[in-house]
Amino acid sequence: MSAIGAADIDGLLGVEQYEEEGEFPVEQGYVWSSCSSVENGNPLFWDPEVADEVTGGPIAPPTMVSVWFRPHHWAPDRDTGGLPLQVHFDLKEGLGLPEAVMSDNTIVFHEPVRPGDRLTTRQILRSVSDEKTTRLGTGRFWVIDVEYRNQRGDLVAVESYTGFGYRRPLSTDGGARS
Amino acid sequence: MSAIPVTRLLHGDVAVGDELADLAYPVTATTVVLGALATRDWRPMHHDKDFAVHRNGTRDIFLNTPNQAAWFERFVTDWTGPYGRLQRMTFRMLGSIFPGDTMVFHGVVTDRGVDETGCGWVALDIAVSVDGEVKTTCQARVALPVTEDDNPWSRHGDRWLP
Repeated sequence: MSAIGAADIDGLLGVEQYEEEGEFPVEQGYVWSSCSSVENGNPLFWDPEVADEVTGGPIAPPTMVSVWFRPHHWAPDRDTGGLPLQVHFDLKEGLGLPEAVMSDNTIVFHEPVRPGDRLTTRQILRSVSDEKTTRLGTGRFWVIDVEYRNQRGDLVAVESYTGFGYRRPLSTDGGARS
Repeated sequence: MSAIPVTRLLHGDVAVGDELADLAYPVTATTVVLGALATRDWRPMHHDKDFAVHRNGTRDIFLNTPNQAAWFERFVTDWTGPYGRLQRMTFRMLGSIFPGDTMVFHGVVTDRGVDETGCGWVALDIAVSVDGEVKTTCQARVALPVTEDDNPWSRHGDRWLP
């Protein structure tokens, strides 16, 4: 992982990084597991006739988009690849900001995701603020988009995360609180 | 499987200030674990109480964020029926939801409009609370049919502006 220094930020804004393909195709079984876990009776996911009529065939619940990228708990000879939101961890490390919180996240839904789709994801740094001081400490806010596309290249969703990386204020005895 | 009744909420049937029917759900350890596994979230604080208490310092395992997104989706589409098509959701996590909690979803319509392509949408403020304390908020926008013949899911490319 290349560390990001403050001088590198401008060159990374808008750059697509860490493209990754999901470990398995979107599948119907997980759609049912998800709907079952929240008792979602939307007939789109249970009645093929309704799915044909409304969405031109079965789709996955839109909010499942990140599910297709969580790696298996174990797999043989797996290349571990990047962490989810690797750009966030690059910024923390590169900017010397040991603590971070995610203040909110937004998902925007585009083309529906369908069983059998092979999705890819990439991370794009959208903005990094100047240094600011909040009650947590002094640091910077950043916005990272995670784009999801299907095997035809259609955009299916974009998640935007707002993070705040910071250093804790010095405590009264002069040492940083841990 | 017998056919599930299909509701179709139309854009013209919704006014700003309308409230969705509350959804109250008693959360158990099973709810939390089912939700974690359904979202492929294997992190121990969502299934191992000992880890959650001693490593995270929480009082129990707690609902994970992606599963909460699925709960919010269900809450919205229970109201709209299958023709409702989510455009966007913004989440803010304020506190955790544990086994033994009864979580209550409450939603209100805050805005409505028709975009330049003719797609009708409504905006919602939703919150899930436990004992009156808000745990997560979700601002959502969902497209609804503007007529009986309209279907937001038929929109693609530059006709879908979420």
